[in-house]
Amino acid sequence: MSNKLSPLSKAFLVLIFLILYAPIFFLVFYSFNSGGTMYDFKGFTMEWYRELFNDTRLLIIVLNTLVIALLSALIATIIGVIGAIGIRSFTSSKAKNTVLSLNNVLIVSPDVIIGASFLILFTMAGIKLGFYSVLLSHIAFSIPIVVLLVLPKLQEMSPTLIDAARDLGASRWDVLTKVVLPYILPGIFAGFFMALTYSLDDFAVTFFVTGNGFSTLSVEIYSLARRGISLNINALSTLLFVVTLLLVIVYYFITQRVRQTGMGGKR
Amino acid sequence: MQNKLSKNIFFIPYVLWIALFVIAPILLILYYSFFDIEGNLSLVNYQKFFTPVYLKMTLSSFWYAFLITAISLLVAYPTALLLTKTKHKQLWLLLIIVPSWINLLLKAYAFIGIFGTYGVANGFLEVIGIGSQQILFTDFSFIFVSVYIFIPFMILPIFNALDELNPTLLDAANDLGASRWMTFRRVIFPLTLDGVKTGCQVVFIPALSLFMLTRLIAGNRVITLGTAIEQHFLVTQDWGMGSTIAVFLIIIMFLIMFVTGNRKQGV
Repeated sequence: MSNKLSPLSKAFLVLIFLILYAPIFFLVFYSFNSGGTMYDFKGFTMEWYRELFNDTRLLIIVLNTLVIALLSALIATIIGVIGAIGIRSFTSSKAKNTVLSLNNVLIVSPDVIIGASFLILFTMAGIKLGFYSVLLSHIAFSIPIVVLLVLPKLQEMSPTLIDAARDLGASRWDVLTKVVLPYILPGIFAGFFMALTYSLDDFAVTFFVTGNGFSTLSVEIYSLARRGISLNINALSTLLFVVTLLLVIVYYFITQRVRQTGMGGKR
Repeated sequence: MQNKLSKNIFFIPYVLWIALFVIAPILLILYYSFFDIEGNLSLVNYQKFFTPVYLKMTLSSFWYAFLITAISLLVAYPTALLLTKTKHKQLWLLLIIVPSWINLLLKAYAFIGIFGTYGVANGFLEVIGIGSQQILFTDFSFIFVSVYIFIPFMILPIFNALDELNPTLLDAANDLGASRWMTFRRVIFPLTLDGVKTGCQVVFIPALSLFMLTRLIAGNRVITLGTAIEQHFLVTQDWGMGSTIAVFLIIIMFLIMFVTGNRKQGV
C-alpha cells in the first residue's frame, strides 16, 4: 500500500474537516453581526458580547455549571478510585466481571433512561429537584468513567511493589498514599478530566432532574434555542469554543509529557 | 478478619453507588412500568405499547437510528483509513475529536441558522438554481445533523482498530498478489471489525434516544423512543407509560450490546 495520499483522498479529508468545523465557525462569524440574524451580515459589532457580560442571570448559570462540574468531578474521582482499587482487589474473575458490567451500565445507557430513572429515584427519595439532584446525578454518571480510566493503571502496576513496601514495614495507609496513589496518578487525572467534560457536556440527564429554579448552561441553551435565533447564544458559543480549544491544547501537552516520561500507557 | 472488615468499610461509597444509582434506577423503571396514569397496578402500558401507534414509532425510531449509523459508518471508515496514513495522525485525530467536545446543543443551534429559510444552505441552493427549499424540520435535516454529531464517535474506535493493525500483514497480502480491494475486503476490514462494532454501538443506542435533536431540528416531525420517553415524563406526566417505553429501550440496548458484543470485556 502506498503511503502517499492521492489528491482525491486529500480532497475527501479536507471536505470532512470543512463539514466538521463549518457550523462552529459559522456561529462564531455571526456572533459579530450587527444585523441580529444568522444571515445577511450587516456589520461588525461587539454588542452581543457586551450584552452577554451584562446578563447577570446567565453569569450565575455559568457559575452554577462550573461549580457542579468541579464538585461532581472531584467527588466522582474519589469514589471512582476507591471502586477501581476495590475491583482490582477481587480474586475471582467472575465477581470482577460482574462488578465491571454493573459499572458500565451507566456508560452505555442512553441519557434519557438515566435521566428518567434518576427523576423517579429523587422523587421517591424525597430529594427536592435542584442543585443537589443535579450534583448527585453528575457524580453518579461520572463514576464509571473514572473507574475505567484508573483500573488499567492499577492493573499495570506490579504487585511486587506493594509486597516490597509491606516488607519494609509500611502500613496499609502508607502503601495506599505513598505507593499506589502516586503510581496511578495519571489515570486519576485523566478520570477527573473526563468527569469534568462529561459534566460540562451533559444536557439530557440534567434536563430531567433539574427543577424550575436551577439551570445549567446546556439546559439554558436548549430553552433559548427553542425560542429561536438570538445572537447572544452565538457570542456564548464563541467563548465556549475558545475555552474548549484551550482545554484541548492543555490536555494535548499533558498527555504528550506523560507519554515522554513513560508514565502513560500508549493509546 | 479485622483487616477485611476495615477494607470493606473503605469500599462502601462505591458499593452504595452501584446499589443506589445503577441497580435501583433500573428496578424503579421496571416497577413504574406496571402503573397506569392514575397510579393503579395494571398491565395497560404494555398493552398500549403493542398497539400500532407505539409499534410504528418504535419501528421508525429504529429506521432512523439505522440510517444514521449506516451513513456515519460510510463516511467514518474511509476518513479513519485515510487519517491513519497521514503524517501527524494523532494530531489530526485530535482535530477530528475537538468538535465533539463542543456542546451538542450549540451545534444543533448552528444548524438552525444554516438550514433556516434564509440560511446559508438555502442561499447555496438559490445560487446553483434549485431555489429555496424547506430544509429545517425535515427528515433530511434530522439525519444530517445526527450524522454530523456522531461522526467523531464512529471515527475514533475505527481509527484505533486500524492503528493497531500490523502493517506486515498488508505487505504479506501485497506480496501474495492481492489487489488493493482484495486486501481491504479480506484483511483490513475483518481485522478492524471490532472497531466498527464498537462504533455502531456508540452511535446506534444514542441515535434511538436523542430527543433534543428531534425537538430542535426535526420540529416534532420525527419521534424517536427518546422523544416519547421525554414526552411522557416531562410533558404528559404519564410516568408509567414512559417507564414502559424505557423498559423496551433497555431491552433493545442489551440486545444490541449482545450482538455487537466486544469480547474484550474484563479490560
